Amino acid sequence: MIWIAIRMLTGDAQKFFGLVFGIAFSTLLITQQLTIFINLLERGASGVYNVSSADVWVMDPVSRTTDVAYAMPSTALDKVRGVPGVEWAVPHIRAQASVRTKDGDLEGVAVIGVDDATLIGLPKNMVEGSVDVLSQPDSVIIDDVGTTRMFPGQSPIGERLELNDQRAVIRGIADAIPSFTSTVVLYTKYSQALNYVPGTRNRLSFVLVGAENPAEAKALSEKIEEETGLKAQTREEFARDGVQFIIENTGIPLNFGITVALGFIVGVAIVGLTFSLFIRDNIKQFGALKAIGVTNGKIRKMVAAQAGLVGLIGYGLGVLGTVGFIQAFSSDPTFKGFYIPWQIPLISAAAVTIILALTGWLALRSVLKTEPAAVFR
Amino acid sequence: MATKMDTSAIGGCNPEAAICTRAVTRDFQAGQQTITVLHGIDLDVKAGELTFLVGESGSGKTTLISIMCGILWPTEGEVKVFGTDIYDLSDDQLVEFRLQNIGFIFQQYNLIPSIDAASNAAVPLIAQGMERHEAREKAVAMLEKLNIGDQADKLPNQLSGGQQQRVAIARALVHEPRLVVCDEPTAALDAASGRRVMDLLKEVAVAEDRACIIVTHDNRIFDMADRILVLEDGKVTHDGTDMPPSDFGDH
Repeated sequence: MIWIAIRMLTGDAQKFFGLVFGIAFSTLLITQQLTIFINLLERGASGVYNVSSADVWVMDPVSRTTDVAYAMPSTALDKVRGVPGVEWAVPHIRAQASVRTKDGDLEGVAVIGVDDATLIGLPKNMVEGSVDVLSQPDSVIIDDVGTTRMFPGQSPIGERLELNDQRAVIRGIADAIPSFTSTVVLYTKYSQALNYVPGTRNRLSFVLVGAENPAEAKALSEKIEEETGLKAQTREEFARDGVQFIIENTGIPLNFGITVALGFIVGVAIVGLTFSLFIRDNIKQFGALKAIGVTNGKIRKMVAAQAGLVGLIGYGLGVLGTVGFIQAFSSDPTFKGFYIPWQIPLISAAAVTIILALTGWLALRSVLKTEPAAVFR
Repeated sequence: MATKMDTSAIGGCNPEAAICTRAVTRDFQAGQQTITVLHGIDLDVKAGELTFLVGESGSGKTTLISIMCGILWPTEGEVKVFGTDIYDLSDDQLVEFRLQNIGFIFQQYNLIPSIDAASNAAVPLIAQGMERHEAREKAVAMLEKLNIGDQADKLPNQLSGGQQQRVAIARALVHEPRLVVCDEPTAALDAASGRRVMDLLKEVAVAEDRACIIVTHDNRIFDMADRILVLEDGKVTHDGTDMPPSDFGDH
């Protein structure tokens, strides 16, 4: 009977493709929007992820994220270095600046100053050039997103910038995870960054700490807080706070939530309507089957098989569409590093299952309510 | 010749009767009003006969045939089909009983448009759990018996009305049911085609161990019946081998 059910469904090409489209569209909308949402959220922690070697981030107690930080006095570095369990501690500055290119364009950038001696604070990989270029005068390394935004279609190597009224020369391109706002990032040495970024008496944004025993980073962060009065967080904690900050301070969760809900509602509407039409068009056939001696249980299985087939094809197409979307835009800096977390296809599958169960149940009701005797009327 | 109604078995079913109804009544609710469509029908139908159930629209013949084949519950009364009190069965048992014992030929055929003729004819066997290819082979054999074996691979919309009806007949007979119920088989056909269909039904559906009931009001085929039951206002008013003279042409 399952075979008959499938043939009944696929035989009505218009409705079959309508159902598949409805599910595919819903899956695509839910999967794609959730993927973008999660990846955007994770960018709230990109500043932390880009510095893979730091076990603990130390900051002023009011600081919240890598981009929302209150500067500390330079003496904080020595305090941290004095805490037992700290293997190394380096200064890290993050500040906003304005850049004027030789073409006269103005761009807001983030300047990140990394430790002069160890260069800890730079992203792990370079797209072009080497980290050693920072030893040359006025050197900065630009991130790859910045390259695409400021120098589309051309190499920025050797380009001179007017950075807060001072000369900067781009000598390398870093492979970095973009920030939430996709701001252009310029990396330079800490001492150079102090020159580029005019500021107040206190300039030190963070102290990056390597633990003697990385497995006990949490205990070390508590000890640092206890002994210095500063705020110290493990890498994971600070990353999570970055994500939380975006959730709490932007309308993004609401906007994406609305879109995902719309995907669900549109799915229910399209699939529900098409399924109902399909059942209505075949109600005589279902009635005849019931009269012949097909039980309600078998009818349920037939409708479930029809829903299952539509769900499988539609869901597959929707997920493939999302993969295609991510692939197609992977070269765009806005979508750099985007991936589909494994939970999202599961969430979409659950949504599709609910859509089909709901619409299938509604459609099935009319079949089950049909009296076999109706075929004689 | 018309005969008097056989009331000898009333009060207890004749064990040889293919179908036996006793005091069958059926009411329908229409708003606040209760309409009684069947008034205590007592009836015995024998196997091996082609029985016509005749009556004007609204006489209750569709209701009666639905009750006799187990798809509509009577309000009161008893219905036995080959000795089984079908309304004593559970819902699932009744459905299974229909599947095993009754073949239906619907007026509008109700073929599944997206499967071919052989698969349509094989539906009862597939529903019984037979493997699809085996069921299809049997269905093709039945279609060949009905002289449309060469149309087995065609979809219903590629067949003429007469061919679709043969597919419907094949579907009703493929599982060798003991009771065949046929609803207005000639309603949409001209006289010659109608007689051909009736000849075919007589040839393939009527057998010694099988009862065949045809619901019709087509007076062109009354002469082909072995027995005619006339229903008027929910009562059997005539039971004989032909129509009462006064009723000819009225239905």
